[in-house]
Amino acid sequence: MSKNRNNSDDDIIEVPKTLLNVSNISISFFQYTQGLRKTVLNVVEDLDLDVHEGEIVAILGSSGSGKSLLAHAILGILPGNSLLKGEMIYDGKILDQKLKEELRGDEISLIPQSVDSLDPLMKVGGQVIGDIEDEKEREEKRKEMIKIFKNYDLREDVIDLYPFQLSGGMARRVLFSTSMINDPKLIIADEPTPGLDEKSLEETLNYLKIMANEGKGVILITHDIQAAVKVSDKIAIFYSGYVIEINETKNFSGNGDKLLHPYTRALYKALPQNGFQLFEGTQPMNIDIQDKCIYYDRCSQSVEKCGHSNPDLVEVDDGIKIRCHVVRKI
Amino acid sequence: MNYKKIFKFLGFKFGTLIILLIAVSTISFILVEISPIDPVRTYIGEMSVSQEKLTNLNEYWGVDQPLHVKVVNWLGNLANGNLGTSLIYRTPVTEVIGERFSASFMLMFTSWLLSGILGFFLGVLAGFKRGSWIDKGVKIYSYIIYSTPVFWIALILLMIFSVQLGWFPTGLAVPIGKTAGNVTFVEWLHRLILPAFTLSITGIAQIALFTRSKLVEVSSLDYFFFAKARGEKGWSLIKRHGIRNILLPAVTLQFLSFSELFGGTILVEQVFSYPGIGQAAVTAGLQSDIPLLLGIVLISTIFVFCGNSMADLIYKFVDPRIRESEANEF
Amino acid sequence: MSFDKERFKSPYSFLFGSMNLRTKTLLIISLVGLILFAIVVNSLFINVDNITTNFSIKNSQPSLQHPFGTDWMGRDMFIRTMKGLGLSVIIGAMASILSTMIAIFLALSSTLGKYFDHCVSGVTNLFLSIPHILLIILISISLGGGIIGVVVGVSLTHWIPLTRVLRAEIKQINTSTYVKLSKNFGRTKWWIAKNHLLPLLIPQIVLGTILIFPHAIMHEASVTFLGFGLSPHEPAIGIILSESMKYLSNGAWWLAFFPGLSLLIIVLLFDLIGDNLQRLLDPTQANE
Repeated sequence: MSKNRNNSDDDIIEVPKTLLNVSNISISFFQYTQGLRKTVLNVVEDLDLDVHEGEIVAILGSSGSGKSLLAHAILGILPGNSLLKGEMIYDGKILDQKLKEELRGDEISLIPQSVDSLDPLMKVGGQVIGDIEDEKEREEKRKEMIKIFKNYDLREDVIDLYPFQLSGGMARRVLFSTSMINDPKLIIADEPTPGLDEKSLEETLNYLKIMANEGKGVILITHDIQAAVKVSDKIAIFYSGYVIEINETKNFSGNGDKLLHPYTRALYKALPQNGFQLFEGTQPMNIDIQDKCIYYDRCSQSVEKCGHSNPDLVEVDDGIKIRCHVVRKI
Repeated sequence: MNYKKIFKFLGFKFGTLIILLIAVSTISFILVEISPIDPVRTYIGEMSVSQEKLTNLNEYWGVDQPLHVKVVNWLGNLANGNLGTSLIYRTPVTEVIGERFSASFMLMFTSWLLSGILGFFLGVLAGFKRGSWIDKGVKIYSYIIYSTPVFWIALILLMIFSVQLGWFPTGLAVPIGKTAGNVTFVEWLHRLILPAFTLSITGIAQIALFTRSKLVEVSSLDYFFFAKARGEKGWSLIKRHGIRNILLPAVTLQFLSFSELFGGTILVEQVFSYPGIGQAAVTAGLQSDIPLLLGIVLISTIFVFCGNSMADLIYKFVDPRIRESEANEF
Repeated sequence: MSFDKERFKSPYSFLFGSMNLRTKTLLIISLVGLILFAIVVNSLFINVDNITTNFSIKNSQPSLQHPFGTDWMGRDMFIRTMKGLGLSVIIGAMASILSTMIAIFLALSSTLGKYFDHCVSGVTNLFLSIPHILLIILISISLGGGIIGVVVGVSLTHWIPLTRVLRAEIKQINTSTYVKLSKNFGRTKWWIAKNHLLPLLIPQIVLGTILIFPHAIMHEASVTFLGFGLSPHEPAIGIILSESMKYLSNGAWWLAFFPGLSLLIIVLLFDLIGDNLQRLLDPTQANE
């Protein structure tokens, strides 16, 4: 953690400032199942991640694997029956619950996955502007909103519509506007491209690119590897609650031999343009098993050691990390 | 607002009411028919009546006719607005009901309004401060009220405020037969307070628990979550996204509670000797005043139906999502 | 990677220590069940004729000899109340079971076809359109009053929620593959109902019966209080409370207070069993 904090103190212009540094995060839940038996569910384990200004970092994992929880953890809105451990540093300061509450919606904003994130009984304008008491400030925000609406191809009269009167695409663009209204530094886009057609997908990804070009840090949480490859600078591969590899997006090219983890390679090879090679097996859901590598059962390159210890995430090059006993360098 | 739609709605409701009234009066008439009570004999009692009057009575009740003829005969009388003559009051049933119901209506309306406002407020407070002592207090209060017979609460309040403190009359102050017109406004108000208070504190329970659970439900929805992620919090978050979304269901529920309200009134009026429709119903039942009892069953049906229709009306014409939708069919 | 258990302690831990929720729930259900059982058995051994009238101690305040005081005939109110509670539970049981049978019958018939379904929902709406107390009064009068009148009246007004639950449940089960398979094998509707539906519905039915209980007891007491239920010779709580009305103005508060409070406790105990059972069957409620 200290390494990055030193970075931000340096005055070297070429190195973009580290906006967010997440280390060793784990998230777990407890819940009651039939007959009131209490169970504990570990959803995210030992997660490390850095986000710099003007950078898009994609977190790539299958749907329902709990990667959205990272967004909630950064914003400090995890539910009451969850437990968060580890450390987060935002802009050089320790990001504790108090700071999270201060920054969320302001310097850190969220683009949610579902269009149901708009209050069905409140007009769009009130939702984009947000909760502002002061009359003058609200008027300013209103002007700002109209400007932002233009950027997102929304007409001004959308302000007075209820969410149910918007088309899916309009609602999505309203959500983007909402995230931009307070000129944030860090944007977390939580699965912003579910089931979009080619054109809308391009458009949405383009919006993210524009945000990064304006110097904002963007975390793109997605299950769509093509979207991640298209737009991001760095990709973190999320597998069964663990980040197993963080690699530069430019390495997701050619025949993928710059990719490190066997899973990442398999994933890349499964893409249509790379031969559509399917691979066997499914992700284990219960990540309590810690006495072996989480990928052990599916791995073709496993050695004896993989069967009785789970590897740590180690840095092999600047910003490139891998969690594997076998592959330890590029 | 679309007036044509409302008229169509009201027309539809009116038709339903007519069918419902026919069904209810048929069933209650049959129930009374199979009972050991002979309406003509009961009416005559110890009196000596003229042959002409006896013939009229026999005709009204359709004595010596088969059941289905009796029912049709009775329905025909109803359609002409002839509900018969009350045995106890010796005046037309419609007159007794008109007078008694207006007294009860004041009682019911006061407690309905009070319990609605207070219950909603307490429910929001409990849901907002979930897990706090306020929440526990509201929950415990509501559960206990749920499990307590209304008439016992009335008895306890009567003992405390009338017998021990002497603030209110101990009931039985107005003999049966003295009409509401003979009492002064202050006298009447004096007698209204305790019954209305009893009905209010019992009515609070349902609406408070409902509001609380609705608020808890809304707090877990996407839009509430997103508002939180955008930095909204505390009371203003509850006001902007909570109350906005639970007010309609709560008002609807309050309108749907007319049936319980009427039932509670019967018990409370009995304890406090409040000269309303509930007391009339009990007296009618105990003294086999069949025309009055059947008349009260009909008026209570209309009353409950009005509550349900109001709930429907609110649901269909106030919520913008349904108000504006094209396919708004009943 | 050790899990921090401290944070997940139940807020009620002061009551039951470190006991887990499952054990606690089961314990509450059996304890409360035992108490209610004891009340009924106890009341069966109380012979009303043996409650001595003793005018020398009439209208005495609660004391150690007579914890609930005595009435205007010098009868011990505690014994009368205990007998009344037993009666309430028995009547409540009869009404709940009858109500459950109505619910099962209507729920099953509603799934026989569209026409039956419409009929059941019509009957439901009809019963919802009259205030329950008024309907019970009407039914009670129709049956000539007494225990039968109350039991039938109460059961005819309390089947609606359970019918709805069962109907929804049956619809869900009916669309499952094994029911479809049975149909393909040519099984009759009744065979399917008996062998597939009922076993799955039993938990809901048991829970439903217990949830009806407190309402049945309260409605019985209310109707009896009004004078339509049990006859004045029965030592029912409703009768005791209605009699107490005459003596309230003399300050005999104990005549109304203790019997009513005892009834409230009985109703709360049934609620407690119902709630805990519901949580055992549907754990999402405990996750809140």
